[in-house]
Amino acid sequence: MTAPPAKPEPLSVLDRPNSYIGKTVPRPNLDRLMQGRGQYVSDIELPRMAHVVFLRSPRAHAKIIGIDVAAAKRMAGVIGVVTGKELAEIITPWVGVLSHLKGLKSAPQHAIAIDRVCWQGEAVAAVVATSRAQAEDAAEAVTVEYEELGAVTDMRTALDPQTPVIHASLGDNLAFERTHDAGAVDQAFSDADEVVEADFIFGRHTGVTLEPRAVVADWNVAEERLTIYQGSQAPHMVQNIAALHLGLEESQVRVVCKDVGGSFGIKVHIYADEMATYALSKLLRRPIKFVADRVESFNTDIHARDHRCNGKIGVKRDGTITAFEIDDLTGIGPYSMYPRTSAIEANQVVNLVGGPYTTKNYRARARVVFQNKNVMCQYRAVGHPIACSVTEGLVDLAAMKIGMDPGEIRRRNLIADDAYPCGSPAGLRFEKLSHHASLAKLMEMMDYDRLRTEQAELRRRNIHRGIGIASFIEVTNPSAAFYGVGGAKISSQDGVAVRLDAQGSVICHTSITEQGQGSESLTAQIVGSVLGVPMTRVRVILGDTDNTPYGGGTWASRGAGIGGEAALQATKILRRNILEVASAILQATPAELDIADGVVVNATDGAARIELKELARIVYFRPDTLPPGLQPELMATRHYVPREYPFAFTNGVQASWLEVDTDTGFIKLLKHWVVEDCGTIINPQLVDEQIRGGVVQGLGAALFEKCIYDERGQLTNANMADYLVPMSGEMPDIDVGHVVSPTMESELGAKGAGEAGTAGAAAAVANAVNDALRPFNTTITEIPLTPQVVLTALGRI
Amino acid sequence: MTAPMPISLEVNGERVDAHVLPRLNLADFLREHLHLTGTHVGCEHGVCGACTVRVNGEIVRACLMLAVQAHGGSVQTIEGLSDSGEVADLQTAFRDRNALQCGYCTPGMLMAAQDLLKQQAEPSRDDIREHLSGNYCRCTGYQAIIDAVETTARQRRSRAR
Repeated sequence: MTAPPAKPEPLSVLDRPNSYIGKTVPRPNLDRLMQGRGQYVSDIELPRMAHVVFLRSPRAHAKIIGIDVAAAKRMAGVIGVVTGKELAEIITPWVGVLSHLKGLKSAPQHAIAIDRVCWQGEAVAAVVATSRAQAEDAAEAVTVEYEELGAVTDMRTALDPQTPVIHASLGDNLAFERTHDAGAVDQAFSDADEVVEADFIFGRHTGVTLEPRAVVADWNVAEERLTIYQGSQAPHMVQNIAALHLGLEESQVRVVCKDVGGSFGIKVHIYADEMATYALSKLLRRPIKFVADRVESFNTDIHARDHRCNGKIGVKRDGTITAFEIDDLTGIGPYSMYPRTSAIEANQVVNLVGGPYTTKNYRARARVVFQNKNVMCQYRAVGHPIACSVTEGLVDLAAMKIGMDPGEIRRRNLIADDAYPCGSPAGLRFEKLSHHASLAKLMEMMDYDRLRTEQAELRRRNIHRGIGIASFIEVTNPSAAFYGVGGAKISSQDGVAVRLDAQGSVICHTSITEQGQGSESLTAQIVGSVLGVPMTRVRVILGDTDNTPYGGGTWASRGAGIGGEAALQATKILRRNILEVASAILQATPAELDIADGVVVNATDGAARIELKELARIVYFRPDTLPPGLQPELMATRHYVPREYPFAFTNGVQASWLEVDTDTGFIKLLKHWVVEDCGTIINPQLVDEQIRGGVVQGLGAALFEKCIYDERGQLTNANMADYLVPMSGEMPDIDVGHVVSPTMESELGAKGAGEAGTAGAAAAVANAVNDALRPFNTTITEIPLTPQVVLTALGRI
Repeated sequence: MTAPMPISLEVNGERVDAHVLPRLNLADFLREHLHLTGTHVGCEHGVCGACTVRVNGEIVRACLMLAVQAHGGSVQTIEGLSDSGEVADLQTAFRDRNALQCGYCTPGMLMAAQDLLKQQAEPSRDDIREHLSGNYCRCTGYQAIIDAVETTARQRRSRAR
């Protein structure tokens, strides 16, 4: 008896001939951007469009005694000057809380301040004119009388009884507090041979999108519809919020997102001035354009990462970490942002500290306080850089204390690669991570031992170089656990509709959005691969609530993992439908057929049977020739949301190699390495560039970026000359490597990659600086690591 | 000096006549009067480089120059450089290397890169980094841009041989 021949393993939908998955292909439509023919919101002009300029409070906390707009209203080109009270008749206030963040409180916030301003930069009046310059002229003619109130600026004293309470109705300045206690922390610290404690200080910084926030709102009173052109990452969220507060149905609001000049989380929120612009369009019955200038961007784009975190680690002499403990304090400005809230960042810090390591003993407290400074909210890698810097800073301090190599202490404590699935002491669930494989790969890429030798040799010549390592975990592919469960109408699912047009091209509508990450490319790659058509025949349409399926958008490293899976599933259905029609036309069975390069072929020998354009011609123009009862469906829609795991955690490790000039305090970055595991890689180049871009934003935080407020709540460096960001001259080359552990929850297996770079870069740099400064017996746990900070630590100033 | 003033200039090879307020900067003139929106405005105080254009052969920050100062001059924007094909190879290199993400800095970046490549046939990576250090990019981390410019320089050298 002979065994039947083994059935060949069927190819997965991704692993097909000519698949684009895992291939570097250029993003579609880049020519438009490179030729200056994109369309950013700031480029949009509509008939009868007017421009709004906001008069903003020069004070951090003050009562508004009176506003005199008479002179401004008489000025050339002025269409209207509108105060908060007048606008409140058009748009209702909001409160930025979510029910799953228990105890989170905030006060009602209006589109334009009424009676009181709570931060320097809050709008007090809107001036609408036929040009922006005329509106600016008229804004200067508006006089506002203020009565200054005590400003709460130092988060450390915000909760003191003698500190003024910003919102009397809330009782105190505490917005949110979370505590967590897992394992036996006190016992673990007493079991430790050494306990190391440090205060970690993080500079408040911001995203500095190169295109400032911009909106064109167009209320068509005859259609009773509002069209909002805005560079939002989450168009359906904007639609929901605008409708809710303007008293409209969502169907009366269309949100269109064309090209977006940088976002990084800055453009995932709803800002008061944007709400005011929607309302002004309704009030004045014409399109209104708002484009923030750079000073406004610094004063009103969300800030982030203003944290002071005390951290404690217990370690045994053999390197075993026995416990982590943190006490985190953060100041978020006067309001919790809407609708995602400003408690998420601190919540993430509690979630993520200690996350890569095996110890089960973890205690945390995070307090979120109000201040009279600009609002803080979610910015790229929300909470991760804080958690990573604290965790990795503590691990290095512990290693230093017991005289162990930083690589070795991590090897002894990182969760083993075969221990998954498992949970963390903060309650996170990990499906599959690869800390050890990633660390091993990193060490090899950087030639760690050689670098250590080089470091020792240079040190003898008084050149102080340091190596810093930082392991991290990253939240990606969030399910409804992030916002939906707390009552926010922010979709965690995404949808894709894919159809074959009459010439055999493919049109694909997706609810994820594009801000340059490559959403369009990854969607076209997946659709092209699964269907069997060249990518050039796939046109991807995104960013339009009238036309795309309903979905969350692009944020929290979710576009590829969630939107990509929806594209895969929709295309599978379209493929099945096409093969069904083809089999009828060709008198074959669907199983005998395949699609390759835009042609229906024999599954066995690949011989061409019918081109898709011919099939489409028959379906659309000669359906009379098809068998009776066959109704072809050449369009398919599918949605996807992760259900099994609340988040698809990824992991990675970064290393920095740098030189500290101990005379000037300047730090020169020499090289940076990243190994990252985002599961299935759809386009290696795009993933690597997301990592590099993310790293450089983290390097900015590490070395340069800080919103400097004085004690009266005045932002003193609200311009690009004084607020430093990384420029090409100071940035190192960054080597990126990968370990691939696909998530089994989706067929695509992709996890997010957009925030990994930012998560760990600052921690790697800070650890490298402390490594470089070892001979000086000083450690620094503050960023940005400015020359002043370095020289102070060295006792030179 | 607040009444509109007549100006005549050449923009991307076309003669332009206009009446402009003396306070109007060149970036706003190009964007709002000529609708050449490829010149981007990022900071309006001469730091970010997004509005970089070429005036009489030299690159300038269009936000730091008044439109009236361009009277009698010749201005080239990214639209002009694209249509003439002058930066076609640079654009191809940017596309192949994914040297742009959001694309907002890209027109200015291409202007500055082309300026360097015209001056220096064999720039080192440090030369490229230095020459582009007045152009902010918040997306890429710069490495891909440096790679693309380096590649273009190499290709131009091999074509010149």
